Amino acid sequence: MILDIKKTPSSSKLKKTLTGINGFDEITDGGLPKNRPTILCGNAGCGKTVMSMEFLVKGALKYDESGVFMSFEETKEELTTNMASLQFNIGSLIAKKKIYIEYLEIDKGPTAEAGRYDLEGLFARLQHAINSIGAKRVVLDSMDALFYDLDSGILRLEIRRLFKWLKEKKITTIITCEIDSGFLSKNRLEQYVADCVIALDNRTINQTTTRRLKIIKMRGSVHGLNEYPFIIDSNGISVLPLMSQLANQQLTTNRITSGIKDLDGMLDGLGFFEGSSILVSGSAGTGKTSIAISLVHSACKRKIPALYCAFEESTSQLTRNMRSIGLNIEPFIKSGVLKVYSSRPTIQNLELHLISIQKIIEEFKPKIIVLDPVTNLMSEGINSEIRQMLAHFVDFLKGLNVTTLFTAAITQETVKSNPSDEGISAMVDTWILVRDIEENSERNRGIYVLKSRGMNHSTQVREFVITDNGISLLPIYISPNGILTGSAKLEQTLKEEVAGRLLQNKITSDNSEIERKRKELEERVALLRDQFESEARALSQTGIENGYKEKSLKKNKNEIINLRNKIKSSTEKSKVRNT
Amino acid sequence: MSELKKRIRKKSAAKPGKAGGEKYFLRLFVSGVLQNSVRAIKNVNQICEQYLEGNFKLEIIDVYQQPALAISEQVIVVPVMIIKHPLPEKRIIGDLSDVKKVLEILNCG
Repeated sequence: MILDIKKTPSSSKLKKTLTGINGFDEITDGGLPKNRPTILCGNAGCGKTVMSMEFLVKGALKYDESGVFMSFEETKEELTTNMASLQFNIGSLIAKKKIYIEYLEIDKGPTAEAGRYDLEGLFARLQHAINSIGAKRVVLDSMDALFYDLDSGILRLEIRRLFKWLKEKKITTIITCEIDSGFLSKNRLEQYVADCVIALDNRTINQTTTRRLKIIKMRGSVHGLNEYPFIIDSNGISVLPLMSQLANQQLTTNRITSGIKDLDGMLDGLGFFEGSSILVSGSAGTGKTSIAISLVHSACKRKIPALYCAFEESTSQLTRNMRSIGLNIEPFIKSGVLKVYSSRPTIQNLELHLISIQKIIEEFKPKIIVLDPVTNLMSEGINSEIRQMLAHFVDFLKGLNVTTLFTAAITQETVKSNPSDEGISAMVDTWILVRDIEENSERNRGIYVLKSRGMNHSTQVREFVITDNGISLLPIYISPNGILTGSAKLEQTLKEEVAGRLLQNKITSDNSEIERKRKELEERVALLRDQFESEARALSQTGIENGYKEKSLKKNKNEIINLRNKIKSSTEKSKVRNT
Repeated sequence: MSELKKRIRKKSAAKPGKAGGEKYFLRLFVSGVLQNSVRAIKNVNQICEQYLEGNFKLEIIDVYQQPALAISEQVIVVPVMIIKHPLPEKRIIGDLSDVKKVLEILNCG
């Protein structure tokens, strides 16, 4: 045993042959076991023939390996015609000797059995076919046809021999067969081929049919254990999840504006991270689409290609509606910088949607993708499956470094009632919630950033208004009664304005009162001064008069004295004379 | 293989007549020296000589040597004897060891 383990170096690891089928080589870790037969079983119409034919076509086109298709059910012409609808140009590949198709007709007229037989006819034809084009791949579609008429005991031996023979010839083979019940083939072919068994399934849930692929067994190899949904479209088969680029995810610290200045402000002032996934959730009519379009609009203005997947509105409806809020996306659609993928979710199942979107992504290479709304996709199919698929899709987009914005009609309340909704939030980097604030019989919108990985985002609730010129955010109004928005806020503002004005008026009236008083005072002062002046004047008049009086009195007195003196001297003279 | 070729040559040489001249036109597809085929060749020779009284044309074809013929005749199982004549065309698969059944189908017995 120990020796055996030592003898098993990595080089002896099962070699794989790439099928070239979208997504298949990823889930099988490199394709089908090289040089070995693989059983591909499934019920009617589940895509066995298409898948095996694509294995050959891709082998021829991508890996330069030619292939032989041995068809037990359809003629060469039928096959070529049928595959033409899948854009497989089988005709030219046949002409180039890259593909060889041979029809093996089992029921060729009345046939009797007389003794033992074997399948050497098939061997000989296979050998001839393989040698004629140097085939490395072979498809036998489907082996069940042999079991209709032939003895199963003989067939079992012969098929075992055939598989051995194919292995020896180093041919990678797909053998298709019908599925019975569960994941076992009808004729138990898998008991001969123990290396690789793949089952295809075609299931209808909620009237939507989904094809699924499951790897039952792949010896000596890592493979996905799940059932993988796949689709068949004009390009053949695509198996989900599409996770090929996941490993190459390059993280970036570049930021991309949300197109709403105030929202950027809530996100570190810089907006979203490039390549991150953003969820904008909220109930109906909260403006999720408007936020999404704002992002797209601002990106397109900077010539950043964007893909808008609208699951609710048609392109023209979207254009018209967004024009009404001042975001005209029509010129971007015309110039090709914006692509709108518009489809009703019910038209096809999620896989088809995702793959159609993926195809656009591959061709168009957008830097921004909007899925509006993602919850619409969930309307069909069981929730958990859809979520899983979306998670894979998000991973795929992240791997491409595409900024993805989903809108979803989920709110914190619905998360409470349906905790699995939380799952969506777990897969996004930034979750913006648009919330109704209903008050005073009116509905207003509040917006806040619930989470945003890797940035210091705002924790504030802001009021969110959609105007003719796009979206703007208002600071929320906090009053003693709580948060106010809309007209309540307006009312409060008015109230305060009135009060302010009243106060102002009071102040002005007070001022004028003072002024009046001052005037009164001044008037009074002036009056008093007048009085005083007149009084003073009166007083000074008396003074002068008194002066005069005094002077005249003095004068009079002097005059009297003089007079008296004169009289006295004359009398004395007279006396003298008399004497 | 050489024995088989000899037999084929012998039969063709023995009956060079134009196709459709005989009552029976049989084509036996075989594969080299595999047991079933070897037995079939032995059995067909025996049946022809014993029951068809020279009124037959037999072609023994190796599927590996003439794959084109195997394809056009839609041969998958070997050995297979295709009764081209008399019409309608019939097929008998197996090593023809069930002689009774073969004769029944050939309508001579």
